[in-house]
Amino acid sequence: MTDTLLELSGLTKAYPGVVANSDVSFSIKKGEVHALLGENGAGKSTLVKTIYGLVKPDTGTMTLEGASFQPSEPRAARASGIAMVFQHFSLFDALNVAENIALGMENPPKMGDLARRIREVSETYGLPLDPDRVVGDLSAGERQRVEIIRCLLQDPKLLIMDEPTSVLTPQEVEILFETLRKLRAEGTSILYISHKLEEIRALCEHATILRLGKVVGTCDPRETSARDMAEMMVGATLHVPEKADKAQEGDVVLAISGLSAPAPHQFGTALKDISVEVRAGEVLGIGGVAGNGQDELVAALSGEMKTKPGMISFKGNSVGHLPPNARRKAGIAAAPEERNGHAAAPDMSLVENAVLTGAVRMELTDDRGFVRWAKAKDFAEQVIETFDVRTPGSHVAARALSGGNLQKFVIGREIMQRPEVLIINQPTWGVDAAAAASIRQAILDEAAEGAAVIVISQDLDELMEISDRFAALNEGRLSAPRPAKGLTIKEIGLMLGGAHDMEVAHVDA
Amino acid sequence: MDLSAINPILLLASLMVAATPIMLAAIGELVVERAGVLNLGVEGMMITGAACGMIFAYNTGNAWLGFAGAAAGGMALSFLFAILTQYFLSNQVATGLALTLFGLGLSALLGQNYAEARPPAFPKMDIPILSDIPVLGPIAFNHDPMVYVGLILVAGVWAFLKFSRAGLVLRAVGENHEAAHALGYHVIRIRILAILFGGACAGLGGAYISLVRVPQWTEGMTAGAGWIALAIVVFAGWKPVRLLLGAYLFGGVTVLQLNLQAAGLAIPVEYLSMSPYIATILVLVILSAGRAPGSLGKTFHASR
Repeated sequence: MTDTLLELSGLTKAYPGVVANSDVSFSIKKGEVHALLGENGAGKSTLVKTIYGLVKPDTGTMTLEGASFQPSEPRAARASGIAMVFQHFSLFDALNVAENIALGMENPPKMGDLARRIREVSETYGLPLDPDRVVGDLSAGERQRVEIIRCLLQDPKLLIMDEPTSVLTPQEVEILFETLRKLRAEGTSILYISHKLEEIRALCEHATILRLGKVVGTCDPRETSARDMAEMMVGATLHVPEKADKAQEGDVVLAISGLSAPAPHQFGTALKDISVEVRAGEVLGIGGVAGNGQDELVAALSGEMKTKPGMISFKGNSVGHLPPNARRKAGIAAAPEERNGHAAAPDMSLVENAVLTGAVRMELTDDRGFVRWAKAKDFAEQVIETFDVRTPGSHVAARALSGGNLQKFVIGREIMQRPEVLIINQPTWGVDAAAAASIRQAILDEAAEGAAVIVISQDLDELMEISDRFAALNEGRLSAPRPAKGLTIKEIGLMLGGAHDMEVAHVDA
Repeated sequence: MDLSAINPILLLASLMVAATPIMLAAIGELVVERAGVLNLGVEGMMITGAACGMIFAYNTGNAWLGFAGAAAGGMALSFLFAILTQYFLSNQVATGLALTLFGLGLSALLGQNYAEARPPAFPKMDIPILSDIPVLGPIAFNHDPMVYVGLILVAGVWAFLKFSRAGLVLRAVGENHEAAHALGYHVIRIRILAILFGGACAGLGGAYISLVRVPQWTEGMTAGAGWIALAIVVFAGWKPVRLLLGAYLFGGVTVLQLNLQAAGLAIPVEYLSMSPYIATILVLVILSAGRAPGSLGKTFHASR
């Protein structure tokens, strides 16, 4: 079990203006779980795309089991035994499970046989899946199972997993790991990409760390602390957000009682009887796997979705019928999840984006409806300065910013308006560790200044770090909030609805 | 008014003929849209097909060669659309509209000398035994071959999309082109092939009007049939079987209103003329529950 499966040497890939990979060399042994670590933009995606045949390297070679390996396209890579589970699932919503799986296979059997094999493999690995269901109706965890089973049906030698756990509950993660350990025992190598260092410590034997396209170190994650690995990734000491000491609990600012709303679109989730109160100065963390009503809850609170009277009240007044700008005026600000396209208009400049939500509270328009551009520019630049947004200037289009920087901008834009209620969905999704730390700090500071903050996130570590109380959203229902202090991961997992009918793999290793 | 002058058997038989041009154009557009491309140039490709069909049929004296020429003409025009939208990433809606205007002008130019021309006869097929069945025989089994070509195409597309691997890949490309690309499918190549198929079908539909239905060449003779074909694709929820229903419904009401006009029904002619459009859209809206392909009309570029 010590021979090398895949060896990369001197891989370099440059795009106009940026070197994504520079002289990257490492090797993956047979039956090894190898972690690939790095911040966003460190070149992990480019590297795995090279292995999968989606990107051609400028220079450098790869050897697979001693033979030269230069896949010209993903089919060639798959034929050589490379399989990949994508971070943003490469699934087709309108097609059913079997069709989705057939699309990822070179020579799929007849649909009937395929359905039978899907059932077999899914039961062997404890990932139950009905081949006839339409993928658009599946939960995120189930969608991932589709991807994994698609890979497993091809008996891969190397399984590449790009951020596989970001959408799973802790119990689902445990089951996934069990499956991966079985695979390892069967001799399959796994290249595992994740931000979550504790997971890597639990699963991987070897880690390669990338920074700015270069290999900056390797380690054995079982013997290296998460903090050390994080600092290798960032290349600097990491700042941990601090909670300020709380004064007395404030008054109830936002009260949600019996909030129910139908699903806004075909693949949406209905909200069912949600009741919770948020007090001034506290952070309420709402956990849950994506697609359980997070977007709908944010829409109901921000005013994108109207609700019946009495369901949402702000300082005792019902606000469910108010549109977003009226709520902003009253003091409710929201930062939705999708930065490009929802929280910000990608092709508009930062100044224009600042006007889009800041117009009312910051008085960026005059009485006749004209925009006060000078004032708007000042506001945008204040946000950029206060939140350390790295950009050449406020005139730059939102899409030109990296994910972390744009996220700092959209969250900063809401915080700078000094709302009394702030709702943030996925504050640090796809944001690197340093930027994530500063965003979390800003959220804590905002609460310390007396705002009521609701943070919705899939990252449980994050929620534990910043929330005062924690509640779980599952299939549109919200659990009763509990003080975050002292909650264990197991208790949280149960609050999240457990493992969604998954069972532990029962392959004999 | 004399409704007894309307012969129901003749009415149903001419329904199949009236529906054929729209059915041909619509089934082609359905494939194009299932691959994720919105080609609004159907009308332009149809009229070009009508002109090319007349030119080829008149000069060769063979209606079949006329249809082949029409398919080639429609395909050539759609190739222009394919190059512009798939390689130069132009906007599909604007390019499609331009294609319609271009096709109308081009066909007028091509057809200039053919206004007086009569196309060669395209004989009906007298299918033995079947056409002797009373009532059903004259309605369904006594038509020219293109009526059956149209039906076979619809059935073929239905089976292709439902059962074949290539059909699955085509649907995947239309549903989510990013994911299809990530899995290693050639999005652009598949879309170009679909666009060409759509162009050929639209050309056939146009030629059916100029060679069989009318049969002569007049400028602008498709008179919006291409737009109806587009509407039928959408209202049929991108499903071949419903598309067939929609086309027959449109053909049926068209023939019926012509008969009613002839019978002297006391309703203004304008209302009767608009009735096929209204009836088709109404019925298909009521039936509709179709979901558009996820990537329909979106420009694909591998780097995004």
